[in-house]
Amino acid sequence: MLAAIPLLPLFAALIVGLSSRRIGDALALFVTCLFMLVATVIALQLCFSVVVQDTEKTIVLAPWFSLGSFEVAWAMRIDTLSAVMMAVVCLVSTLVHIYSAGYMRGDASLPRFMAYLSLFTFFMLALVSADNLLQMFFGWEGVGLASYLLIGYWHHKESAARAGVKAFLVNRIGDFGFVLGICATYAMFDTLVFSEIFARVPEVLGREFSVFGWKIEAVTAICLLLFAGAMGKSAQLGLHIWLPDAMEGPTPVSALIHAATMVTAGVFMLCRMSGLFEYSEDALAIITCLGAATALFAATVAVVQNDLKRVIAYSTCSQLGYMILAVGLSAYGAAMFHLTTHAFFKALLFLAAGSLIHALSGEQDMRKMGGLRAMVPLTYLLFWVGVLALAGIPILSGFYSKDIIIEAAWTSHTIVGLFAFVLANLGVFLTACYSTRMLVMSFHHSPRFDEKVMTHVHEAPPVMSIPLLLLACGAIGSGFLLKEMFVGNGSEAFWGGSLFVEDYHTALLDAHHAPRWVKSLPLFLAVLGIAFGLLCYQIFTTLPARLARFFRPLYRFLCEQWYIDALYRLLFVKSAFALARLLWQGGDMKTIDAFGPDGFSAVVRWLGGRFRLLQSGYVYHYVFAVVTGVVLLGAFAVIRNL
Amino acid sequence: MNDWPLLSTIIFLPLLGALLLTLIRGQDKDVALAAKATALWVAMSTFLLTLVLWYAFDPRQEGFQFAESSVWIAESGIGYRVGVDGISLFFVVLASFLTVLCILASWRSVAKRVRDFMAAFLVLESLSLGAFLATDTVLFYLFFEGVLLPMFYIIGVWGGERRIYAAFKFFLYTLLGSLLMLLSILSLTWIGGTTSFSELMQTEFSPALQKILWLGFFASFAVKTPMWPFHTWLPDAHVEAPTAGSVMLAGLLLKMGGYGFLRFCLPILPDASQFYAPLVFVLSAIAVVYASLVALVQTDIKKLIAYSSVAHMGFVTAGLFADNAQALSGAVMQMISHGLVSAALFLCVGILYERAKTRDIGAFRAVVQPMPVYARLTMVFMLASIGLPGTSGFVGEILTLLGVFRASPATAWVLALGMILGAGYMLHLYRRVFFGASEAKPAALYDLHLRENVILTSLVLPVLWIGLYPMPFLRIVALPLAPILGAAAP
Repeated sequence: MLAAIPLLPLFAALIVGLSSRRIGDALALFVTCLFMLVATVIALQLCFSVVVQDTEKTIVLAPWFSLGSFEVAWAMRIDTLSAVMMAVVCLVSTLVHIYSAGYMRGDASLPRFMAYLSLFTFFMLALVSADNLLQMFFGWEGVGLASYLLIGYWHHKESAARAGVKAFLVNRIGDFGFVLGICATYAMFDTLVFSEIFARVPEVLGREFSVFGWKIEAVTAICLLLFAGAMGKSAQLGLHIWLPDAMEGPTPVSALIHAATMVTAGVFMLCRMSGLFEYSEDALAIITCLGAATALFAATVAVVQNDLKRVIAYSTCSQLGYMILAVGLSAYGAAMFHLTTHAFFKALLFLAAGSLIHALSGEQDMRKMGGLRAMVPLTYLLFWVGVLALAGIPILSGFYSKDIIIEAAWTSHTIVGLFAFVLANLGVFLTACYSTRMLVMSFHHSPRFDEKVMTHVHEAPPVMSIPLLLLACGAIGSGFLLKEMFVGNGSEAFWGGSLFVEDYHTALLDAHHAPRWVKSLPLFLAVLGIAFGLLCYQIFTTLPARLARFFRPLYRFLCEQWYIDALYRLLFVKSAFALARLLWQGGDMKTIDAFGPDGFSAVVRWLGGRFRLLQSGYVYHYVFAVVTGVVLLGAFAVIRNL
Repeated sequence: MNDWPLLSTIIFLPLLGALLLTLIRGQDKDVALAAKATALWVAMSTFLLTLVLWYAFDPRQEGFQFAESSVWIAESGIGYRVGVDGISLFFVVLASFLTVLCILASWRSVAKRVRDFMAAFLVLESLSLGAFLATDTVLFYLFFEGVLLPMFYIIGVWGGERRIYAAFKFFLYTLLGSLLMLLSILSLTWIGGTTSFSELMQTEFSPALQKILWLGFFASFAVKTPMWPFHTWLPDAHVEAPTAGSVMLAGLLLKMGGYGFLRFCLPILPDASQFYAPLVFVLSAIAVVYASLVALVQTDIKKLIAYSSVAHMGFVTAGLFADNAQALSGAVMQMISHGLVSAALFLCVGILYERAKTRDIGAFRAVVQPMPVYARLTMVFMLASIGLPGTSGFVGEILTLLGVFRASPATAWVLALGMILGAGYMLHLYRRVFFGASEAKPAALYDLHLRENVILTSLVLPVLWIGLYPMPFLRIVALPLAPILGAAAP
C-alpha cells in the first residue's frame, strides 16, 4: 500500500509519457493529477499515523544488488523524517500539477510536461523514502534528470537547453563527491544501509583515510564528500551557479523543483545522515560556515537582480543557506522546519510570480512591470503573504522557522556559531529589502509596460488561484502549527529515531532560552529591511540609482554575481576544452600515431626503400656479396676452431 | 542433459549459414534479398539457441558447463575444447543478439555486395562465439585472431573514404599485439604441458616467468580493449566502418580484451597480475580522463562515441585488477552494459547518417522536432552511457567504483572524474544535435520506421532491466569470479 506513494506518480508518468501525443491534453492532465491526488492522500494519512503511533519500519520491495557482503534493496524507510518529506513533496507537487493545468494551457506538448512532473515526483519520493545510500542516489540523480528535462522543456530556446545542461553538469560535480562518499562509506562500514551505518559508527571512529598521501579522519572525509553532493543539489556557494539559470524552465517547475522540493534534497540528506554527521565536529563547522556564507551571498545578489524569477531564485539559494547552516549547528529539526515552511511560502511566491508573468504574457523583467496592484488584486494579496513570510514577520511561517535557526546559532556558543549568527542576521535584513523591492517594483507605481500587454492583463483563472490560496494557507499557518512538533518541547518524541543529536550538541534546546535581544534582533532587522525597501523604492525612487552610481564597483560586483560564473567559465570550461584539443591533436595525432602506427609504417617504407637499392640487377654486385659472405663465414669457422 | 553438442552447434551454425549464402545464385536483386533473409534466419536461430543455453545453464554449478572435448593434435595435447561458464555466457548471448540487430540494421543501408556482407557477418559471429566459448588456449587464439579477418574485410570493403588506412591501422595494431600473445601462449603450453584452461588454472608458474608471459598477453588485450595509449586505431576504425561493423566492434570485439584479461592474466598468472595492477590502474585512470576530454572536442559523432568507449573501457580494466568481488563483477557488468549501450549509440548514429549522409555535429540542429521518438530513445542510451542510476551503465560503474575504491582510492577518484566528463561530452553532444531553434525544416529527416524502432526498443529493454534488477545477471557472473579473487600467492 505504501509503495503506492512513489509508484503512482511513476505509473502516471509512464502512461502519459509513453502515449505522448495520442493521449490528448485533457486526459493527460486528468491522469497525472488524479494519481498525484491519491498518492497525496496516502502520504498524508501515513504522516499522521507515523506521528501518532510512532511506527518506524522498513518495507523491502525487491532486491537490487546482492554480491557477497554488498546487499542493497529497493526499500522504503518509514519514519517521521521520510513521512514528513513525502507529505510535503506530494502536497506541493499536487498543487503544482493542478496549477500547471492553467499555466501551461495551450502548450504544444502538455502531456510531455505533465509526464516529466510526475516522473520528477517519483524520483523525489524514491529519494526521500530510501533506506540506503544507493537508492537515495538513484532518486538523487533521477531528480537531476527530471530537472534537466524540465529546465530544457522549451528546447527550441537555446538558453533553456544550455541551462539544462549546466544544471545537470554542476549537479554532477556535486555527485562526484556523493559517489566517492558512497564508496568511502562502503569501504569503511561495509554496508550502505542507513541503520547499519549508524550502528557501526563507533567501530569506525578514529580510523583514517589517506588519499594522495594526505591523511584525514574517515568519518570527516565521508561527511565532507557527502556534503559536496548536498552542495550541488542545494545550490550552496560554489556550486550554486546552476540555480539562477534554471529559471529558464516553466514557472511551475521553478516552484516545485527549484524551490520547494528538489533543492531541499541536500538538506534532507544531511538530516538523514545525522547519525554520521554528529560525529564529525570539523565537517559540521564547515557546513555551518558554508551555509551562512551562502545565506548572505545569495541575499546580496538578490538585491540587484531585475528578473523577477531570478530574485526569487537567489532568495531560494539564500534560504537553503539557512537550512544548511541549521544542519551544521546540529539543529536538524530546525532545518526540517524551515524546509517545510519554505516549501509553502516559496512555492507560493513562485506560483504568484508565475501568475503575474502569465498575466503579462511572459514578461519577467520587473523594470517593465509596475502598477499591477489594482489589476490583479488577488495575486497582489498572495504576493504580500509570500513576501511577509519570507521576510520573517510574526504569525507567518517564515518568522518561526528562521528565528529558531538564528537563535540556535547564538546559543551554540562557538566562534563558528557567532560567525553564522552575524551573517544570518545580515541576511535577514537583505531578505526583507529585496522582498520589498520585488513587491514594489512589480505591483506599485504606474505601469511600465506597453498598451498591447495592458489589454491582456488578467487575474489568474481558478485552476491557478486555488492552489495559490491553499499554499497561502500553508505559508501563514505552517509556522505556529508545526512549531511545537518540529522544534518545540515535543520535538524529541516527534522525530523519534529519525534524527540523531549528540547529547552535548544543545544549541537547539538552548535556543528557547536565548537572550531577549537575540530573539528580537531578526524581527527588528526584518522590519528595518522592509522600511528601507519602501524608502528606496516607494518613497524616494531616485535613491537606488544614486546608490548604485555611488557604489559603482560594489554594484557591478553584485550584478555579476561576484564574478563566480565568469571565473568558472575561464577556469574550468575554457581550459577543459583547450586541454582536450591539446590531448587530441598533440597527444593522439602528433605523438601516439606519429610514433606508433604511422611511424612504424614510415620506418618500414624507408627500410623497404633502402633494401630495394640492394637489388641493383648487376651480377658483379651479387657475386661480390656472395664472395664476401663466404670469406666471412670461413673466417668465423677458422677462428672458432682455434 | 542429453549429449547434443549445443556449444558446437552455436559456434558453427552461423558458419554453415555463411557457406549456404555462397550458394545463392541469380539476379543481383534476388540474391540480395535471399541473402538477407537467410542471414537473418540463421542469426535468429543462433540467438534462440543461445537463449536455450542461458535457460539450461545452471547458475549454481562451478566450472565449465556443456563442455566438449576431443583431442586434435595429439603430440602437443592441443584439443578442441569448448565450454561455457558465468563469465562467457552473457558474451555469447550478446554476440548472437547483436548479430541479429546488425543484419536488421543493414537491411537497406548496405547496397553493394550484400551477399558477401551478410556472409562476413555470419563468419564474424561464428568466430567471436568461438573465442568466447573456447576453453583451450590454442583454439582460443585461432578464433581470437580469426575475428580480425572478417572485420578487416568489413571495414575495408564497406567502409568510408579512408577505409584502407583505417583497416590497415586496425590490422597492424591488433596483429602485432596478437603475435606477442602467441609467444606467451606457446610458452604456457611448453612449460605447463597443457592447453586446457582448467588445467592451466591449476598449474603454478614461477612469479618471474609470470611477469614475462603477462606482458605478452597484455600487449594483445591492451590493444583490443583498447587501453591508453594503444587506442588510436579505434576512432579511425569506427569512423570508417559501416554502422553494423561499428556495432560489432564496440559491442563484441572490445569485450574480447577484457575477456582475455579475465581468462588468462587473472586466473593463470595471478602473481603477475597483482604485480602489474598499479600499471593497469594508472593506464586506466589516464584512459578515462584523456579519452573523455578528447571526446569533448570531436566534431564527428561516431568518433565521439568511439572515444567514449575508450573511457568506459578504462573502468573495465581498472575494475578487473582491483582484486575484489565488487570490482570484478562491476567490470563484467560494465562490459555487458557497454556492449548494449555503445552498440545502441552506434545504431543511433547510423540512423541519423542514413538520413542526412553526414555525421558532422555542426550539420545537425533541433533534430528532436522531426524525430521525437528517435530523440527519446537516444536519450535513454545517452543516460545509460553516463551511468544514470536505473540503467545498466550505473550497475557496472558503481560496482567498479566501490571495488576500486577499496583497492586504490586514488584511482577511484580519477575514475569518478570520468562521471563528470562523461556527462559533459554526452549532454554537450545531445544539446547540439537535438535541441535549439530550427530555422528551416532539415531536409530528409523523418522519424523511425518500424524496423528501426524494433531494433532500438529491443536494446532499451535489457538496458533498463539490468539497471533496475541486475540480480539474474550478477548471480551468474559472480560465481566463476570467486576463484579468481585472491589467487595470487600471499
